[in-house]
Amino acid sequence: MAAGNFEKYKSDGSLGGNLLEWVDARFPATSMWKGHLSEYYAPKNFNFWYFFGSLALLVLVIQIVTGIFLVMHYKPDAALNANGVPVAFASVEYIMRDVPGGWLIRYMHSTGASAFFIVVYMHMFRGLIYGSYRKPRELTWLFGVGIFLVLMGEAFFGYLLPWGQMSYWGAQVIVNLFSAIPIIGNDLSLIIRGDFVVGDATLNRFFSFHVIAFPLVLIGLIAAHVLALHETGSNNPDGIEIKANKDENGIPRDGIPFHPYYTVKDIVGVVVFLMVFSAVLFFAPEGGGYFLETPNFYPADPLKTPPHIAPVWYFTPFYSILRAMVWNFFGLDAKFWGVVAMGASVVIFAFLPWLDRSPVKSIRYRGPITKVMITIFVICFFILGYLGTLSPSPMGELVSQVCTVFYFGFFLGMPWWSRMDKFKPVPDRVTMK
Amino acid sequence: MSNQGKVDCGRRRLVVATAAVGGAGAVAALVPFVSSLLPSERAKAAGAPVEVDISKLEPGQMMTVEWRGKPVWIINRTKDMLDTLPKLADAVADPKSEKEQQPAYAQNDTRSIKPEMLVVVGICTHLGCSPSSKFKKGAEEGMGADWLGGFLCPCHGSTFDFAGRVFKAKPAPTNLEVPPHYYMADTRILIGEDKKGA
Repeated sequence: MAAGNFEKYKSDGSLGGNLLEWVDARFPATSMWKGHLSEYYAPKNFNFWYFFGSLALLVLVIQIVTGIFLVMHYKPDAALNANGVPVAFASVEYIMRDVPGGWLIRYMHSTGASAFFIVVYMHMFRGLIYGSYRKPRELTWLFGVGIFLVLMGEAFFGYLLPWGQMSYWGAQVIVNLFSAIPIIGNDLSLIIRGDFVVGDATLNRFFSFHVIAFPLVLIGLIAAHVLALHETGSNNPDGIEIKANKDENGIPRDGIPFHPYYTVKDIVGVVVFLMVFSAVLFFAPEGGGYFLETPNFYPADPLKTPPHIAPVWYFTPFYSILRAMVWNFFGLDAKFWGVVAMGASVVIFAFLPWLDRSPVKSIRYRGPITKVMITIFVICFFILGYLGTLSPSPMGELVSQVCTVFYFGFFLGMPWWSRMDKFKPVPDRVTMK
Repeated sequence: MSNQGKVDCGRRRLVVATAAVGGAGAVAALVPFVSSLLPSERAKAAGAPVEVDISKLEPGQMMTVEWRGKPVWIINRTKDMLDTLPKLADAVADPKSEKEQQPAYAQNDTRSIKPEMLVVVGICTHLGCSPSSKFKKGAEEGMGADWLGGFLCPCHGSTFDFAGRVFKAKPAPTNLEVPPHYYMADTRILIGEDKKGA
């Protein structure tokens, strides 16, 4: 047993041979490289939509690197300093004004947060139109939904840290959401806050979650997501299994090695992405008030809510669904049902692999019903997102209620409408356009 | 590693018992971590009452003081403001303040000890934003034509009248909370404590 690994290689495991062989006899370096990159066969017909997985990984790296450097100067402290400004808020201003290059690192991090969600939403949409969640990739999809949930938590905790007005009141509202849960709600929100109001205890624990707990979980889930994907192999725009057609060496005929083909292709995506990212970073780092909201340039004031508060853009579709619930059911407050609807609107993605009953995966071979449903869903998602950035109004409430019905109708009706559609014959081999 | 398919039941029982004891220990180890998330002793002690001088609060004016990290409003209501209250009895969700959002001494038509002087926690009972004052009537505040004055929560649009009573069909489930308070003197209020012996 002990000598087992040596037998696979020419080397006897002594340093006299090749260094790589010495390592391989002790650690699966070459076999991991091959299994996940140079001999991982991905379908050769990947299109534009397949950039966003690797771009998400790039943004993760940007967030981790910039985060490490921000923590060197940031102070999670809600106490007021000698000038009467909260220490946390002042430390962010210090990074922006006095730390050499600090403004750039901070804007990379804040822009990176929005970029992360743009990339992840595109990645999810890709999964939706090409049926990437379908059997046998259910677990890849479920890990992905887990990543999305953790990412939302990560973004929410991070937004409190600058301790501005929007940080403070946004956290106040979201933590109070949990108090709507019957019986345990009040204790639960107390445990999250660590105080009777959002305060120093809350800031410090959110800091801990943001820089340690959630990133660790996130990286673990991403590893599981990629491992599960590499077990089943990637889906493709035709939604057919390339593993069903292998050559005499057992290599899928429609597969090409991920490295160098897709690593090089993805570098093109990275270059274009970084051009757009840099343009935002240098010319509009606040993203027109959507990436960094104006009230967050004022220090947190527990006595005064800003006249208009809204979550950051990537939460607004779900926030609109929360606001759309204004009816009491079964003796429970509308507030509780709002929380339930908002939670359900995110978690419902996890059920897609079992809701979709269509005989084909890809939208290319599905009929008009699918195309109309996905279009309505996307339009509703955008409308809900837009309404979530606005102040509440009777008209907005009505529209968001209609869109909420469509949103859930898309998912809950899927077992029926996905079967009713007309389907085109699926080719045996992938097609190149 | 036995090659026979037979299971040693005695040994399996021991494995199960060990795992159960170990599991119980692991659960017990959670207790200090979860309890560390609860408000600390210092946070619990920070809720001292606040003394407020209201001698300079003119009719129609409002002041805000901080109590337990929350805004507490004191509003010296004019007669006009008070006159709107009976008119709104049908429009508000809990006109008689039957839900326990106030001490017994404030469970009356004006939700206050002295009729003109309203003391409420300025935190919306929906999700904890602080409503803004919309004291003028109707269009002047950008509200509907039938608006008689009160408060609008900027977060989710709940509205409250001049007694902090929530209007019907709004997200906030209850009226604004009236904190325990009493008059130490004619123009001095202590917020955070009921009158001793009362």
